[in-house]
Amino acid sequence: MLNKKHWVLLASAGAITLTGAANAATLEDTIQRGAVQCGVSDGLPGFSAPDGDGNWQGLDVDVCRAVAAAVLGDADAVNYISLNAVERFTALQSGEVDVLSRNTTWTTTRDTTLGLNFAGVNFYDGIGFMVSNDLGISGADELDGAAICIQSGTTTELNVADYFRANDMEFDPIVFDTSEQTVGGFQSGRCDVLTSDTSQLAALRIQLDDPSGAVILPDIISKEPLGPVVRQGDDTWFNIVKWSLFAMLNAEEYGVTSENVDDMTSSENPDIARLLGQDGNYGEGMGLEADWAYNIISQVGNYAESFERNVGMDSPLEIERGANALWNQGGFQYAPPIR
Amino acid sequence: MIHNQTMIDQRPAPSNTLGPMAWLRANLFSSPLNTLFTLVGLYILYLLVVPTIQWAFINADWIGTTRADCSREGACWVFVNARFTQFIYGLYPRSEIWRANIVFGGFFTLIAWLAIPRLPLKRWVAVFALVGFPVVAYVLLHGGYFDLPRVPTHRWGGLMLTLLLASVGMIGALPIGIVLALGRRSNMPIVKSFCVIFIEFWRGVPLITVLFMASVMLPLFLPSGISVDRLVRALIGLTLFQSAYMAEVIRGGLQAIPKGQEEAAAALGMTYWKRMGLIVLPQALKMMIPGIVNTFISLFKDTTLVMIIGLFDLLGIVQAALSDSNWLGFSLEGYVFAAFVFWIFCFSMSRYSQYLERKLNTGHKR
Repeated sequence: MLNKKHWVLLASAGAITLTGAANAATLEDTIQRGAVQCGVSDGLPGFSAPDGDGNWQGLDVDVCRAVAAAVLGDADAVNYISLNAVERFTALQSGEVDVLSRNTTWTTTRDTTLGLNFAGVNFYDGIGFMVSNDLGISGADELDGAAICIQSGTTTELNVADYFRANDMEFDPIVFDTSEQTVGGFQSGRCDVLTSDTSQLAALRIQLDDPSGAVILPDIISKEPLGPVVRQGDDTWFNIVKWSLFAMLNAEEYGVTSENVDDMTSSENPDIARLLGQDGNYGEGMGLEADWAYNIISQVGNYAESFERNVGMDSPLEIERGANALWNQGGFQYAPPIR
Repeated sequence: MIHNQTMIDQRPAPSNTLGPMAWLRANLFSSPLNTLFTLVGLYILYLLVVPTIQWAFINADWIGTTRADCSREGACWVFVNARFTQFIYGLYPRSEIWRANIVFGGFFTLIAWLAIPRLPLKRWVAVFALVGFPVVAYVLLHGGYFDLPRVPTHRWGGLMLTLLLASVGMIGALPIGIVLALGRRSNMPIVKSFCVIFIEFWRGVPLITVLFMASVMLPLFLPSGISVDRLVRALIGLTLFQSAYMAEVIRGGLQAIPKGQEEAAAALGMTYWKRMGLIVLPQALKMMIPGIVNTFISLFKDTTLVMIIGLFDLLGIVQAALSDSNWLGFSLEGYVFAAFVFWIFCFSMSRYSQYLERKLNTGHKR
């Protein structure tokens, strides 16, 4: 008994901590703690996963790194807390994490009834299809009568059925329990098509014996905008997360990268001067220093760099920019100007 | 009258009654039907074992550091090799791993010391293992004292976390379980009903629910601004859950002790605690070794459930490593490694308990 008591006493002395009032002043608490509390997934390829050295990497992770760079000037000052799909919102509501960046789809229910705010979209996801090269199919409208491998228990199943019914096409669903089995089914030729969220399709494709033998169709048949989430009621913090993401997008639009950012500080372009804090202090309204965006870009990079490094062409996943290209390059990513 | 008699030389027993041939004949080929079963069994074994060995050893890749070093003809142990440190220590900072190593070293030394009968000072080592060592381990692992940098618990993981959860669960559950078992047999109505309610409540809910409540619901009940570390939440949940099971195992042992034992002790004027501590419990615990070890082994395996509350135990960290986009598609290797490590620990516990049973056997065993 003595030992048990000892343990609990000791552990609780170190473990019960004040995380600060959960409803306001997240910025002050973060500065005082010296680290951003960031909720990530328990492992999702390209979005958040620990690398060989135990550092978290991914597109979702970069959002938290950007916030840390803006607030604390150090992108590494992040405490990553891995959350599963069920507990993620509770962890945010209870103040265990201050930013939830965990491939969370922005929906009405989540935005309006959970006391949360979505601070933007860092990846436009949606259900897509992967087919074998041999079939010579180039679009989803040619899939009439196809046998489709689907992972059970996901909304994918319903969305695919909706899509085929709406387009008056037939399909033959072949349902598997796990993603490995789904890949196996596709590989062995049980089905012509494998369907999943596009962000996951690329990860499934790598697991094929011959990844180059399969192609991901450009069509996306559902809307799954993924983005960082914060608690409702702390508008300063909401603004910080929102504009950290916008700063990365704006930097890409103006051609500012982590490599040229130091040269760009002397740029004549007024947009760049405002972004990098050379002309006015646009961080002031959020309680940040003038170099908030400079810190993000120099330490995390702009959105294109983050995208390519984690899920794009520089990563094993090789996901096309597609819907995630900037608005002036045929995608949806659009950030309000910094002015 | 006997004369000129020569002894017949000793001759070995007929070759069909001893040696491996005889064993084979007696056990595997004693009748045509058994011969058939043996051959079919051998064939099935051949079908299973040969591809496994091919996959795991002959065609496997052992050397390298990246995915490109894998030929994919067999297992690619390069993956396990590249992630080995992470599987053992989780996300513990690389520069601080020496602290975890000291704790590991101390942990195994203490266990070995207590397990090997020849070594002296057992009592003092046991006291240190139960009282001193947890404090030392906590200070070392968590840091924050003596200029050691703090390592928050969300960076703990891997085998280290599995062992931590299992040992705290075991060390905590046994004494609580003993107290609950005694309480359930008590004549005092309040103590008795408390113990019954406690045991039945914790046995009535699945561990997964306990962990979920601890990680999802508990934070909502706490006043805003106070959060209990999630590892501590999991430890408390795991310990309380296991202590309820332990209590019932021990109560089984208590009930098997003839009443006369306790009555005889009472007749000698022993107090309740002396009767229990010197007469009843030592017999009951010895008898319940298989049951207690059974509970320990199941607790050890149950620790993997903490994965659902976002703690990276051994299995959790293997799964997280599988989602690294540089190492997609190596799940079989990862899971085989995790299964092997779990097997080593569970099998050792089981063997040690058998040894303990033999050692403490005083002839009651049938």
